[in-house]
Amino acid sequence: MKWGSRALKPAPFDFVRPSSIAEALSVLSEHPEAAVLAGGQSLVPMLNMRLVAPSHVVDIGALPGLKDVSVADGWLCMGALLRHRDVANSPIIAAAAPLLGQAVLHIGHPAIRNRGTIGGSLAMADPAAELPACLLALGGRVEIVGPAGRRRVDAVAFFTGAYETALQPGELLSAVEVPVAAPGYRSGFGELARRHGDYALAGLAAHGRIDDGRVFDLRLGFFAAGDRPTLATAAAGRLEGKDLSAANIADAVAALGQDIQPVGQPGCGAETKLHHCGVLAKRVLGQLAA
Amino acid sequence: MEPMVDIQTMVNGTEVTARVPARQTLVDFLRYGLELTGSHVGCEHGVCGACTLRLDGDVVRGCLVLAAQADGARVETIEGVSDAGELADLQAAFHARNALQCGFCTPGVLLTAQALLESNPAPSRAEIRAYLSGNYCRCTGYHAIVDAVESLAVGGEGTVP
Repeated sequence: MKWGSRALKPAPFDFVRPSSIAEALSVLSEHPEAAVLAGGQSLVPMLNMRLVAPSHVVDIGALPGLKDVSVADGWLCMGALLRHRDVANSPIIAAAAPLLGQAVLHIGHPAIRNRGTIGGSLAMADPAAELPACLLALGGRVEIVGPAGRRRVDAVAFFTGAYETALQPGELLSAVEVPVAAPGYRSGFGELARRHGDYALAGLAAHGRIDDGRVFDLRLGFFAAGDRPTLATAAAGRLEGKDLSAANIADAVAALGQDIQPVGQPGCGAETKLHHCGVLAKRVLGQLAA
Repeated sequence: MEPMVDIQTMVNGTEVTARVPARQTLVDFLRYGLELTGSHVGCEHGVCGACTLRLDGDVVRGCLVLAAQADGARVETIEGVSDAGELADLQAAFHARNALQCGFCTPGVLLTAQALLESNPAPSRAEIRAYLSGNYCRCTGYHAIVDAVESLAVGGEGTVP
């Protein structure tokens, strides 16, 4: 068969499709440089553009038990292979963590959401991705399986840089867990992009408890602003115990420069991103107050 | 040395057995391997929507699925869906509203619009635009496409006479 010579095609790789987690871990330990294929909505573009050229691609789509959704001991547990579309449509997730269903609707387009997975999004750790910031805002954690067994890593320790996480070679992200929303907690979400489905120019996932008009335990998870999702602790700290008046919000926005080290991109410089973060803070905190 | 993978897949209702390069995308397999050229290749990184087809009933990017991943799955292309008559109303509306010119984006637009109407039978123009935002058209300027889809919205007769 004939392919165009200037087309975007991957470099050759061996393809493996394990049918059990044990088999998957065995393949990954034998080939530590292998790429893990889940939804493929980030990996396959990288393969097509030859940004990566792994010797092996391990398709984990057939692994059993990684699409379950359950609530236990105050935690919402979601399998890593849940598609973004499944998160949007899940009544369990809508009740336990409405922020997630709200956020995934901003991921790409319907065709992307039909394939992309929550585990894949977190493991890829694209600085512009929505779900890593949601995990920070909700105080969530990931479950990882590897040669040494299972371990959990809190979101605050998981995202270590642009496309970098605490995942070690040979490990698989197996589940995503967030605390079930306690009474009084509300969430808000906002993203700025030029067109529907574009990567965010700036984004914010927020979660906090509203009591008698005042906000407590506020977590502001910014994305597309730095090289990793960032909790704006200084800004949130200025609002602890206060009502979400315009003046108080402006005071918090003034502290964002302490929390965020924006990385500019073509068409959106670092200063503009910081400004966008302030705009989003006002809009999203307005959602919490409503 | 080109690593190959054996697959068995259902394409437009027909069982297909093939040996494919591991790195071949589903849309390339359908076009070059099965001569189903109704699905088109544009950006090859998932943003333009020209490669849109159905996998196990879902609209997906054919350029972002490996042919090897279609093993055991059900694939439908524009040829199959159109031949089954499923798109007749949409196609008639597209003709009536001049919602296609060169036709390059049209298979992807039709499959995506059909998925929209199945999930939301009465979409607003804003909802139509949002849902179709991943299907780029270089010819029409999109208005006629939105008109065509809106004309099929249940309970409305569209805002365009």
